[in-house]
Amino acid sequence: MWTLERNEDTEQQIIRETFHLVSKRDENVCNFLEGGMLIGGSENRLIYRHYATLYFVFCVDSSESELGILDLIQVFVETLDKCFENVCELDLIFHVDKVHNILAEMVMGGMVLETNMNEIIIQVDAQNKMEKSEAGIAGAPARAVSAVKNMNLPEMPRNINIGDISIKVPNLPSFK
Amino acid sequence: MSDVVEKTLSALPSLLSLDSQAGAGKLSPSSKLGNLIKGITELTSKHEEETLIKKELESIKEQVASPNTTMRQMKEIMVRAIYCEMLGYQASFSYIHAIKLAQQGSVLEKRVGYLAVSLFLNETDEFLLLLVNTVLKDLQSTNLIEVCMALTVVSQMFPKDMIPAILPVVEEKLTHPKEIIRRKAVLALYKFYLIAPNQVQHIHSKFRKALCDKDPGVMTASLHIYLQLIKENPESYKDLTGSMVTILRQVVGGKLPLDFNYHSVPAPWLQIQLLRILAYLGKEDQGTSEMMYDVLEESLRRAEMNHNITYAILFECVKTIYTVHPKSQLLEKAAECIGNFVLSPKINLKYLGLKALTYVVQQDANLALPHQMTIIECLDHSDVIIKRETLELLFRITNAQNVTVIVEKMLEFLRLTYNVWFIQTMNSVFSLGGDVMQPDIPNNFLRLLAEGVDNVEDRQLRLFAVDSYVSLLQGETAKLPQRFLQVISWVLGEYSYLREEESDPGSVMRLLARLLDQRHTSTETRSWVLGAMTKLCSSPVYTAIYWQNLHCYSTERHWLYKTKCLSSLFKLYLTTLIFEVDLIISCLSWLWCCFIPQVDSSLSFLDGYVSDALAAGAAPYKSPHQRQEDLVQEKALSLEPYGLSLPVSLSSCSITDRRSPTLLSMSSGLSGNSTELSHQEGSTTLKLEGVKRVWGKDGYLAQQQSAGETPTPLVELPSPLLSPQSPPSQKPSSGLEPDQEKRQLASSLFVGLGSHNSVCLVRLPSTVWLFIKNCQSANQSNVVKSLFKPFYINSCQSALHNLLDSTTVASEGGAATTTTPQQTSQRTLDHTTSNGNPHVEGTEQRVEAGGPLSLIRGNGMVAVVPPRDLPLTSHLPAELSGLARSEFTPLCSDQDSSLALSACRVYKEDALVLLVFISNNNDSALHQMVLQLTCKELEVYIFQTGLNNKVPLFFSEIPVGRSRNQDRNTRVSSNRDLEKPRIFCESFRNFCSPPLTVSTGDYGKMWLSFSHDLKQNLRLVTTEHQEPLTATLDALKGKLHLHVVDIIGSEGIVACRLLQGPGQGQPCLLHCRVHADSLAVWLRSPVPELPDSLLYHCQKALTET
Repeated sequence: MWTLERNEDTEQQIIRETFHLVSKRDENVCNFLEGGMLIGGSENRLIYRHYATLYFVFCVDSSESELGILDLIQVFVETLDKCFENVCELDLIFHVDKVHNILAEMVMGGMVLETNMNEIIIQVDAQNKMEKSEAGIAGAPARAVSAVKNMNLPEMPRNINIGDISIKVPNLPSFK
Repeated sequence: MSDVVEKTLSALPSLLSLDSQAGAGKLSPSSKLGNLIKGITELTSKHEEETLIKKELESIKEQVASPNTTMRQMKEIMVRAIYCEMLGYQASFSYIHAIKLAQQGSVLEKRVGYLAVSLFLNETDEFLLLLVNTVLKDLQSTNLIEVCMALTVVSQMFPKDMIPAILPVVEEKLTHPKEIIRRKAVLALYKFYLIAPNQVQHIHSKFRKALCDKDPGVMTASLHIYLQLIKENPESYKDLTGSMVTILRQVVGGKLPLDFNYHSVPAPWLQIQLLRILAYLGKEDQGTSEMMYDVLEESLRRAEMNHNITYAILFECVKTIYTVHPKSQLLEKAAECIGNFVLSPKINLKYLGLKALTYVVQQDANLALPHQMTIIECLDHSDVIIKRETLELLFRITNAQNVTVIVEKMLEFLRLTYNVWFIQTMNSVFSLGGDVMQPDIPNNFLRLLAEGVDNVEDRQLRLFAVDSYVSLLQGETAKLPQRFLQVISWVLGEYSYLREEESDPGSVMRLLARLLDQRHTSTETRSWVLGAMTKLCSSPVYTAIYWQNLHCYSTERHWLYKTKCLSSLFKLYLTTLIFEVDLIISCLSWLWCCFIPQVDSSLSFLDGYVSDALAAGAAPYKSPHQRQEDLVQEKALSLEPYGLSLPVSLSSCSITDRRSPTLLSMSSGLSGNSTELSHQEGSTTLKLEGVKRVWGKDGYLAQQQSAGETPTPLVELPSPLLSPQSPPSQKPSSGLEPDQEKRQLASSLFVGLGSHNSVCLVRLPSTVWLFIKNCQSANQSNVVKSLFKPFYINSCQSALHNLLDSTTVASEGGAATTTTPQQTSQRTLDHTTSNGNPHVEGTEQRVEAGGPLSLIRGNGMVAVVPPRDLPLTSHLPAELSGLARSEFTPLCSDQDSSLALSACRVYKEDALVLLVFISNNNDSALHQMVLQLTCKELEVYIFQTGLNNKVPLFFSEIPVGRSRNQDRNTRVSSNRDLEKPRIFCESFRNFCSPPLTVSTGDYGKMWLSFSHDLKQNLRLVTTEHQEPLTATLDALKGKLHLHVVDIIGSEGIVACRLLQGPGQGQPCLLHCRVHADSLAVWLRSPVPELPDSLLYHCQKALTET
C-alpha cells in the first residue's frame, strides 16, 4: 500500500519515527500530530489512539476530519473486538490477515469505504464462511475449526493510512 | 524495535501453551510461524534478531524454491516472509512467489497472496505487471469475494500504464447488482482518477450515476470523487450544489436508515464530506452560498454537543460557514461554536478550536479577542502540538504592533523544541535579513541563548551555536552582515569555552583575529570582536594572539576603536597583572606611542555632529575641569608615564570615579562655558567641544542624545568585558556584590530595555553590573542617577519618564526658592531640572552642593535616607486625613537639616493631591519665609497650618484658590507677581487615581491589543487569613491603587493606568498566576516602558509588605 515510491529503509524509518513521536506523548495531550517531512509534509497529520499497550495510528492528509478519523479508529477497534471476541494484542499478531481484511472493508485504497460496524462485520463474515468451507474441503472435518484459525496467517497488524496519498504507515509492530 | 516486540510477546510462551490445551482458535505451537514468533520473544539483542531472521529467510528461500511446496504451505511461508519484512529485513526473493500465490491459489490463498503483494510491492514495481492478468481474471470471476479482492488490490496499487486493460471491466462493475461491488468499483475508479486523470475522463457521467445511486453507501463512495473534482475545479460542478444540499438536508433530517447512525448521529462521516464539498462550492460565490445557508444552519442547530463526532461535524460546519460567502447571522453562530471548542477542557477539542480560530482570524482578527486568555494559556501548554497551533494562530494575527512580542514567543518556542533547527534558522535569518532587520531580533536571540539555567540542553544549544559560528567564520565571511558578525563575536566570546576540550584553543581566537583583519568589518563590529577576544584571553595561549592584534589594531584611526582597545587593555592590565607585567608594560608603551600622535586633538571629525547638536538646541560644551579630574584618575591607575592625554578614553572606563569639590562647583551651572576655562588647561588639553554631552563623570552619557547621530555603541562595549562570564579575578577591589536593592532596581530598569534600545545587545545583567561596578566609589545616589538618567532622559518622549513617581520639586529658571532671611547666609533649596532637557550635570551638582540633600528621583528608590522620621501625619488637613495616602517622603533638606521638604501623595477620588511639607527642624523660629512655587502643570493652592516651627503646605490639582497664610511665627508670601504660583511636578506620576475600571471582557480585548509585555516572577505575600494571591493583589491594590479586575482560582487580572503626562490615561494590564511559591506576573501595555516601571513598583511594594 505504499503508493509513493519508498524503499524498505524509509518505511522502517517512518515506523520508527512515528513510534518515537507517538509513544512519547502523555495521556493528557491531544491525539493529533502534525507531520514531518517523512510522512509527506505538514499537510499530513498523524492521528492516533491509545488502547492499553496498542497505538493505532492513522496518517491522513488535509482532506480528512481529525475527529472523524478519531472515531473511525474507534469503529475499527470495536469491529476488531466483535470479530475476535475480546480482542487482545495476540489476536492481532496471529491473525493479521483478518485485521487487514477488516481494515480493507473500512478503508480501501486510502478512502473511507464503510463506517458502519455491522456492514463491515457482514462482509468479513461472508469471507470467513468461504474460508470455512474451503477449510472443510481441505482439512479433516474434526480439525476444521482450529485449522481455520491455524491457517490464518498470523502477522502483526499494520497501521493504515487514510487519505489521498494512501501512505500506509505500518507501525503497530513497533508499538508493541 | 525488537525490544518492543519482545516486550509484548514476552507473555507469549505461557499463552501458547494454554492454547495448545484449549485448542481454541489460537495458533498451534507446532506451526512454523508459532516457532518464529516464539523465537523472537526469546531474543535478547538486536544482533540475535538479525541472526534469527537471516536463518529464517534462508529457510523460506529454500522452501519457496522447492517444487514440492504446496500452495497451502506457500501461504504460511508468505506470512513468515511478511513478518521478516515487517521487522525490516528484505525478503525480495519471495515477491514473485506472492504473485504466484495470488494467481494460482484458492480464494483463501489468493487473499494472502494479494495481501503479501500489497505489502511487499509499491506502485512502480515491475512485478505488478505480472499481477494484471490475475486481477483481470478475478474481476470477471463469478465469486463475489474474488471480485472484491481484486477491486481492493486495484485500489491499493496498480500500474498506471495498465489501467486501460482493466478499466472496462471495472466500469462494468458500476452497474453490478451488489452494492458492495459498486462501492468498491467507485473507489477503484477514484484511484484511477488520482493516478491517471485522463484515463477516466469519459466516465464522468457514470460518477454522476453513482452519486444518485439508490444505495447511500455507493453515494458516499462517489463523494470521494466529487470532493476531489470540485476541489480542483469548483466552477464545473456548481450545478451539483442543489443535489449536495438536498443530500445533506436528508441526512441531517434523519432520512437515512438507522444503520447509518453512529452514536445516534446520522452518517456523520457523510455529513463531514458533504460540508467540505459545500465549502468548495460556495467559496466566493454568493449565489451558490445562498442555497446552502439554510442547511448549514440546520446542521449547526442539530449538532448537539454530546459526542466527539458531533464536534467533528460542527468543526466542519464552522469552517464551511467561514469559507462560503459570509452571512452575518451564521457567522455569529459559528463564532459561538468556536467558543465551545476553545473553552472545552478536552484537549482535542481545544486543538481544533485553535485550528478553527486560526482559520477564521484570517477573515476577522477580532474573533480571537474573546479567547485571548485561553490562547495565552495554550502558549504555555505542555503539549507541543497545542503550542505550535497557538503560534500559528498568533502568526495570523500578527500586526505591526505586536510583531515583536509574537516573534519573541516564536523564538522561545523554537529554542525549546528544536535546538539545532533553531540555530540554523537564526543563522539564515541573520545572513539574509542582515543589517536591515530590527535590532530586537539579535537582542532577543542573544537573550534566549544566554537565558536559562545552565543545564545540559542550554549548553548543547550554546555549543551548537559556537560550532556553527566557527564553521561559518572558517568560510567566507565577507558576505555576512555586520550585525550577524556581532552576534557571532558575542557568542564566541561568551561560550567558546564550551568547546575547548575538543579543539585547538587558539582557533577561535585566530578566527576572530582574521575577522579583525578584514577590510569589510566595520568599526563597530571590530569592537565586538575585540570584546570577544578580551573575554577569551583569560588563558595565556589566547593572550599572545590577542597582544599581536592589539599591537596592530590600536593604530586604528577611529577614536571609538581606540577607546575599545584601551578599555581592553585596562582589563588585561587587571587580569594579567601578576604574570605578564613586562609584556603589558611594553605593549602599553608601544600603544601609547602610536596612539598619541594620532589623536586628532581638535576632534575635527566631531564638528559636524557638534554643529548639528547645537542646532538642535543642545547646550554648548563646557567644564574642562572634568578632564582635569580624569587625569587624577589616571594616576590612580599608575599610568602617569603616558597619562598626559586621552582623558576621553579613560573616562569611559571611569574605574575610580571620584568627585572633587572644585569639579562640583565648576560644573554646576548651566551657564558655564568652555572658553572661560580653557586657558587653565594648558595647551595639552584637548578641545572637546560638544563632547561634554557624550561623557559625564559617571561615564558615558551619550544616550541622552538622539541615538542616531552619536556613536552610541560605546556604551555597550564595556559591558561584555565586565560581564560575569569574564574571569572573576578582575578588579578584586570593586564591589562584586551590589546590594539587593540596586540589583532589583537595575533589573527593573533594564529589563525591557532591549525592546526599544538598540544599545542593549549584550545581556542585560552584564550592563547593570558594569554600571554598578564603575560607580562603586561614587555615592549611592550617584549610582542610581548614573544608572537611569541616561536611560530615562533618553526616553523622555515616552511615558516612562512620567511613570516614575519621582518627585522633583522644581521650577523653571530656578524658582521654588525658599528664602529664610533669618539665617545669616541665604540658603537655597534650589532644584533645577531643565525640564526634560537631558542635562544631567546641572541637577547632580546641585544636589551635591546641598550635601545629603537630594532630589528624589525614581520614586525615591534612590538611597536617600530620610534625615529623621517626620511626625507629619498630624498636620494633614482635615479634609484629606481620611484618604489613602503614601508614606511621607523627605525630599530634601539643607545642610544642617534645619529646613526640610517632604511630601506625600493623597489619593482623592477625582485627583491626586501632592502634599509638600516644609518643616523647620531648628529650635529657632522662622520669622519670614518667601515661598515661590512654580509649576507648569499643576495648579497650586496653599494651606498653612503653622504650628510652631513646622510649616506644612500642600498643593494639588485643584485650581488656585485659597491661600491661608500668616501665622504668628511665619509669614509666607506667595510671590505671585512673578508668576502664577505653581509647583512643577515634572515627573510625579502615579498609576492609580482613579483606578482603571474595566470588565473582564474588556480586559480580554485590551490584552490582545497591547503589544508590549513583560513577564516576571514576584514574591507572594502570605497572610494567615487570606489566599496568597488575594493577599498579594490586595497589597498591590493598597499600595499602588491598582484595580483588581477578577480573581479566578490561582489567577488574577489587574488593571491600572497612567495618571498623567504624555502617556496619560494609558493602561497597563497585569495577569497574575500563582506558580509554586511565586507570583508569575505578565504585564502588558501599549506603552513600551510602562510594564517595566510598573513591575518595579510592584516589586517594591511587595518587598515593603
